[in-house]
Amino acid sequence: MKLKLKIWRQPSSEARGRLESYIVEANEHMSFLEMMDVLNEQLIAEKKEPVAFEHDCREGICGTCNMVINGRPHGPQRGTTTCQLHMRHFNDGDVITVEPWRAKAFPVIKDLVVDRSGFDRIIQAGGYISVNTGQAPDGNSIPIEKDTASEAFDAATCIGCGACVAACPNGSAMLFTSAKVAHLGKLPQGKVEHVARVKNMVDQMDEEGFGNCSNTGACEVECPKEISIENIAMLNRSYMASIFGANK
Amino acid sequence: MSLTGLFLISFLFVHLIGNLQLLYDDGGEAFNTYAYFMTHNPLIKGISYGLYFFILLHTIQGVIIAAKNRSAKGYKYSKPSGENAKWASKNMALLGLLILAFLFLHMGDFWLKMKLGQLGMVAVEAYDFKVADLYSRVSIAYQNPIIVGSYLIGLVALYFHLSHGFSSAFQTLGLNHKKYTPLINGLGMLYAIVVPLAFAVIPIFMYFK
Repeated sequence: MKLKLKIWRQPSSEARGRLESYIVEANEHMSFLEMMDVLNEQLIAEKKEPVAFEHDCREGICGTCNMVINGRPHGPQRGTTTCQLHMRHFNDGDVITVEPWRAKAFPVIKDLVVDRSGFDRIIQAGGYISVNTGQAPDGNSIPIEKDTASEAFDAATCIGCGACVAACPNGSAMLFTSAKVAHLGKLPQGKVEHVARVKNMVDQMDEEGFGNCSNTGACEVECPKEISIENIAMLNRSYMASIFGANK
Repeated sequence: MSLTGLFLISFLFVHLIGNLQLLYDDGGEAFNTYAYFMTHNPLIKGISYGLYFFILLHTIQGVIIAAKNRSAKGYKYSKPSGENAKWASKNMALLGLLILAFLFLHMGDFWLKMKLGQLGMVAVEAYDFKVADLYSRVSIAYQNPIIVGSYLIGLVALYFHLSHGFSSAFQTLGLNHKKYTPLINGLGMLYAIVVPLAFAVIPIFMYFK
């Protein structure tokens, strides 16, 4: 299949970027990243600068293969990361636009690579639980109700890719932050620091320059792990409790 | 945004119920009595000042948040996709400003003229003195197709604003539940359709009367 790619090229964070067009010959069994590899081989053979893009595990769990494909983070397929998106979802002769994540808090480093260290700092602000080191505790020493465990696990599937921020018209990181808060706060081990965690993570999120949530729901549609905005409602409840609650 | 929004939503309903009296075929007797009561009862006067304050607060907050969010996004995609969210949810500020513009028109035409004493006076049964004839002013205004048209545009904007705003307010307050959220969403859509539609009936009915 022959494709026309329009890819965002930007040599550095300071430089001005623009879309450039390329023709690439792919086949439908390739993943989107393999198609990008073919393009880069082609560019290297032509002694041109290959397209910089992030990738690591290529099995949908690391959250680095971030591209906005035809205006949609991780492309048109729901619940799929770019690396798991296959070319059979495109047609011969398609024009595909590939852009980096867009948000003030995610500045472009080069081409399709953005700086997502804002997420790391949100995690540092409270995305952990404090436990003593030593031997691992017994597996089932703390009983947890099945529904609660499932909800916490669903939130824990967040891979921190940032598609929520990329999809959000406000560049808000609420889905990411709420997934982390729900993942830890729903479980007994995380309940202890829950209130402080919520306050600190939200404060850090605002400090990083992410926008505010206006409940468009675009994040949950584009999330490759299909994290629900129910988590955002939980974050809102917890945030109100951290402001007005007795247990500050 | 959510609390002021919910207050304005409840105001809309009360406003609608009162205004449906315009449809009575009694030459404005009921409506003029109601209008006098609503503008002279001290409790309602107090609430109305609260209402103006909340409209302003909702507007100012909304504009500030929209401006912040716009700058937090920075770049726009060269090929944006409209598939992941409803149009109304992404354009609440624009819709809100349209509604505000409509409110200026609406208040300038009726409320301001009544406050400035530019309306004729008419006797009603309920009071032994004459009250402002707001009904005649409304009837005259709704003979003008441009005014009727602008009301309909305002109400379409209101429909879109409510279609997102109603359920969004609950989500902001953290009220999201597997069982009840679909109910709230459905109720929100019903409210967004029925209330503007019922408001729209008034100018259309009076235009053709």
